[in-house]
Amino acid sequence: MTRFRPGRLLLQLSCLLIAIWLVAPTLVVIPMSFADRKSLAFPPQGFSTQWYANFFANPQWFGSLVVSLKIAAMVAVVATIIGTMAAIGIERLKTRAGGIIRVLLLTPMIVPGVVLAVGIYAVYLDTRLVGTWTGYVLAHTLLAIPFVVIAVGANLAVFDARLETAAASLGASRLTTFFTVTLPLILPGILSGALFAFVTSFDEVIVSLFITSPQLKTLPVQIFSSMTRDADPTVAAVGSLIFLATTLIIGLGLIFGLRRRGA
Amino acid sequence: MNAVSNEAASKGAAIDIDGISKFYGSFTALEKVSLRVEPGEFMSFLGPSGSGKTTTLNLIAGFTDLSGGDIRLDARSIGHVPAHKRNIGVVFQHYALFPHMSVAQNVAYPLKQRRVGKAERTRAVEEALRKVQLDSFAHRYPSELSGGQQQRVALARAMVFNPSLLLMDEPLGALDKKLREVLQLEIKRIHRELGSTFVYVTHDQEEALVLSDRIAVFNKGRIEQVGTGQALYTAPQTLFVGQFIGESSVLRGPHRSAGGETVLTVAGTTLAAPGAARGEGAQVILLRPEAVMVQAPGTGPQEGRSNILSGVVREMLYLGSAMKYEVTLADGSHVTARTPTQGAPFALGATVELAWRPQESVLLADDGSTAGH
Repeated sequence: MTRFRPGRLLLQLSCLLIAIWLVAPTLVVIPMSFADRKSLAFPPQGFSTQWYANFFANPQWFGSLVVSLKIAAMVAVVATIIGTMAAIGIERLKTRAGGIIRVLLLTPMIVPGVVLAVGIYAVYLDTRLVGTWTGYVLAHTLLAIPFVVIAVGANLAVFDARLETAAASLGASRLTTFFTVTLPLILPGILSGALFAFVTSFDEVIVSLFITSPQLKTLPVQIFSSMTRDADPTVAAVGSLIFLATTLIIGLGLIFGLRRRGA
Repeated sequence: MNAVSNEAASKGAAIDIDGISKFYGSFTALEKVSLRVEPGEFMSFLGPSGSGKTTTLNLIAGFTDLSGGDIRLDARSIGHVPAHKRNIGVVFQHYALFPHMSVAQNVAYPLKQRRVGKAERTRAVEEALRKVQLDSFAHRYPSELSGGQQQRVALARAMVFNPSLLLMDEPLGALDKKLREVLQLEIKRIHRELGSTFVYVTHDQEEALVLSDRIAVFNKGRIEQVGTGQALYTAPQTLFVGQFIGESSVLRGPHRSAGGETVLTVAGTTLAAPGAARGEGAQVILLRPEAVMVQAPGTGPQEGRSNILSGVVREMLYLGSAMKYEVTLADGSHVTARTPTQGAPFALGATVELAWRPQESVLLADDGSTAGH
């Protein structure tokens, strides 16, 4: 028998409201993506899948997705390698220098995006990196490294470095020790760092807006310029697709993670 | 000195530690320590924490760099050989098993580094696991094993590649007393079977006595004395060693030499001890509890027990085969005595006589060591 408790009901109600408030803006794009007319009005009128068709057919849209995926993949690889090496170096230093280097590496997270973007743009103008693959990868890697350093650093903090001593006593060189002992044990941190790096690049918009060119545009830039030019519901279709993809990835990650923990 | 067969002894390596030092900044962890460990010997490094015993082990293993001196393994200098090329087995207190590998993979690891073929590897892993009685656990993971089982795996992993030297850094320190005793016997058996030289670090003097052919007693970055357990117990060269090994009482007082003996005045009574005074400073008499007879006042010297002190029973413990007395002397110091149970025991607060033969006391220089490990 549960007694009626007004305090508890109030708590549940406020939780529900906050949950709706958090998710609703994301969910709004789904009905909008099926709108009949070329307008971003809510609630949408009619039903059609033409905006999805447009996204895949229009090279402006689909091309920018491919560009974004390629850049994000490259950033994930480069930032993960550099960030992992940095995290290991910082962990080994154990002195004040390690702390200073760590703070330096994390600054891109703290410095306002616009400030960073202006700086990068100024340097890129001189070095002709604006609108180039190298330019995007370099800028996004800069932004992604802090996430890798944090993720791998957290894993290294619980890694038992004495295992490396044991490996040495068993005849493994430092390099072999790294690949057979250290790497497998900090792999969860490296993988989550790589995922963070990928996502950081994939949805980066501020710096990308500065260094973009008509020939090489990432998806967020394409979304932004489309929104400012006209009310194209393709934006909503893109939003819905990304929402679906991230939900799937996170869902699978949770299932996989839970199963591994259960084993 | 040790009971290993000639064939087995030829497998063990001789270690020559030649004046090694280790400094951390201005802190001296180890100062000019020299020691020879014979092939196939079981040598323990015994001492309190911070005495330099683990530092010495780490220097032999190559985990830290020498600040001075050299280490030779079978006359070959290894002082500057990297750890992974020394071919020395190490067992750690914290097991240090690789958590992402099964028991079999852990034990196979050193063989893989030595590019041993798969068939030979499988055979050697099986044999090593059989030696530690874990052959049925090959496919388990370390997290599925108890502490004792994990340490057996670590032992199998450290000996599977037949190192001529095995180092153990307080391998049983994290286990409970009963398991420790079982594993002590196993380590002793494995040492006999392998014939390798063993160096065993411990702060537990009982463990060192049970296991070792010889013991090196460390204190403050130096070796105080090296010898068999019996030699350290009966003939300690320093007060520190005397107090660290076994139970003892220490009597302090002014001394003078008398013929071949030295006489100390303790609580107003003169006591004889064999030998000349050690060094210029103050002297002490070290007494083992079993050497001291507790007797009724006025009994006087019996069977050559000519050193007699009077005191009051402060504590008495019934140990089954023996009685243990804590007796407080007139000067406030304490003497522990262990005597066979016979007749009625003395009551608490009773005045008794403590008697012992002069040759059963040890005369040592007072280095300021106090009892307790």
